[in-house]
Amino acid sequence: MQAKRKHLFDKPRNVRRLLYVLYSICALLLAIEFLYQRHSQHAWDSWPGFYAGYGFVGCVLLVLVAKLLRRFLQRPANYYDDGDDEP
Amino acid sequence: MSGFAQLPPFLIFYTAAVLAGFTRGTPRSLVLLAAPLLGGLCLFGLASGELLQFEFLGYTLVPLRVDSLSRVFGYLFLTAGFIAVIFSLHVKDTLQHVAAMVYTGSALGAAFAGDLLTLFVFWELLAVSSVFLVWARRTERALAAGLRYLVIQITSGVLLLAGTLLHLQQTGSPAFSHIGLDGLSGWLIFTAFGIKCAFPFLHNWLTDAYPEATPTGTVFLSAMTTKVAVYALARGFPGTELLIWIGAAMTCFPIFYAVIENDLRRVLAYSMINQIGFMICAIGIGTTLALNGAVAHAFNEVIFKGLLLMSMGAVLHVTGRSNGSDLGGLYKTMPKTAALCIVGALSISAFPLFSGFVSKAVIMSAVLAAGHDWIWLALLFASAGVFHHAGIKIPYFAFFAHDAGIQATEPPRNMLLAMSLAAVLCVGIGVYPEALYRLLPYAMHYDPYDATHVISQLQLLCFAALAFTWLKLQGIYPPELRAVNLDFDWTYRRLLPGMYRRLLATLAPLDHAIRQGMAGMARETIATLFRQHGPRGLLARTWPTGSMVLWVAVLLGAYLLAYLLAW
Repeated sequence: MQAKRKHLFDKPRNVRRLLYVLYSICALLLAIEFLYQRHSQHAWDSWPGFYAGYGFVGCVLLVLVAKLLRRFLQRPANYYDDGDDEP
Repeated sequence: MSGFAQLPPFLIFYTAAVLAGFTRGTPRSLVLLAAPLLGGLCLFGLASGELLQFEFLGYTLVPLRVDSLSRVFGYLFLTAGFIAVIFSLHVKDTLQHVAAMVYTGSALGAAFAGDLLTLFVFWELLAVSSVFLVWARRTERALAAGLRYLVIQITSGVLLLAGTLLHLQQTGSPAFSHIGLDGLSGWLIFTAFGIKCAFPFLHNWLTDAYPEATPTGTVFLSAMTTKVAVYALARGFPGTELLIWIGAAMTCFPIFYAVIENDLRRVLAYSMINQIGFMICAIGIGTTLALNGAVAHAFNEVIFKGLLLMSMGAVLHVTGRSNGSDLGGLYKTMPKTAALCIVGALSISAFPLFSGFVSKAVIMSAVLAAGHDWIWLALLFASAGVFHHAGIKIPYFAFFAHDAGIQATEPPRNMLLAMSLAAVLCVGIGVYPEALYRLLPYAMHYDPYDATHVISQLQLLCFAALAFTWLKLQGIYPPELRAVNLDFDWTYRRLLPGMYRRLLATLAPLDHAIRQGMAGMARETIATLFRQHGPRGLLARTWPTGSMVLWVAVLLGAYLLAYLLAW
């Protein structure tokens, strides 16, 4: 039996590296905002960091609301399957 | 050659459907591959104009009308059909191949229909042929979902027919051009299109049936039905303001469902509604820039959604599973599929250099140019949300996350080839958008790659990714669970049947009492009649002849007496 091959993300170090890459890209994108001349399409998006903030907050809210929705909407996986037998 | 050049593309597919029914193996594969290629050649040779006409019941029907709008949708259905055919070449099931050919042909027929009656015929053929791609899964769930799908699709057809007949009566012409929401006929046709387009509350056939179809069938399904409806709306209802609001709602509500849905193919079905929302919104705005954006996005969406559905179809084909809770770690055994899926994910998320970016940018610009600020904000939220649920969630839970330890291999070569083709198109259009822009119905000069736009989009997406990472690391992100999430289909799958059962249960005692009362009355009547007229009844007794004579004598005597007294 061959020893189990280690894959890219089996090493936590590689996962951490990936995360650092993401953090650096985000930081870079924020920094770049002040280094070039923006052509704003609208009053809102001339605020510094508008897109970054909107993307982050929007997604956090999306997940939190979706999680809340689960409380009302979630049913067992066979909810519809046994529906016809219900008296 | 001129005869071939006048051939409606749908006829090529219907012929291929017949041939596919009688051939097997390599000959059949050749027939299936030839259909979209010949169709493309034929469409390339077709001049614009109303190429076929005939009289029917005093009306002029136009089964083949080519113009700039129908042409781009024609190429779209042919491209999607070609890729989907390659993806399904390994399938041995004749039913699926025949259904897929009829289905693709009907989509082409609808795109080139110059009048509403022809459109109606192809509308119904789309419904009837596509349901077999669901039923071909041959599970109980697929059977039931297919039946619900068929009922809703046929309802759409009936509404279209009713609207068409009213429209005919009012205008005297069956021509399919701008319709608008004036009068009942307009609303009927609008609703018919809306059902096929998965408007909110009319959308559940899509999220219900598509994930239950076969791994290859879903790829065909995702390309045709809804895009025919988008085409029909772009032709009949451009600039209808209501569509802006409907479109914005469609971009936003499905992403909440997509976040908590476990079946990854159903996640993609919800995300399809979200993408169609962008197109509907643009059609509602109705400027040439917006309509171009809608058409371009329809084209790109078919390719990248096809690619994502193909990658999930490949996973389903190999592992027999498509639930996020069961999958994970597949990048180790299916690295090529994973890479291709990521290309689709980057495209749907509209990363610069991928196809979604160059078409969504047009729509966003058109929305801002029309002054719909709040709608623009909603679409921006939906754009970030797309990346979240389709761009990250799909590849993450299928190929990464925790290793589910599933034994898997790469899918058959034809599947990989089809996905690669789609991936090449995604990147190709993203890098060189002019190729797509030139196909669009209206001339435009648009450059999606200006620095502000690229950086804004990257900020939006990277910080959405950061949000996912943060939620995941904090343990806030909801885990994938085997469960059903209630949607509007609950009303007709649970509420209405439940109400019907309750109604029956309430009425049962009353019904019983009435029946008892009636039965009692009937018994009483019968008993009375029996007493009076039965064998022993007073009125039914047999009388001896002697007593009869006696009574006659008594009667005569009484008569004599009365006569004597009176006289």
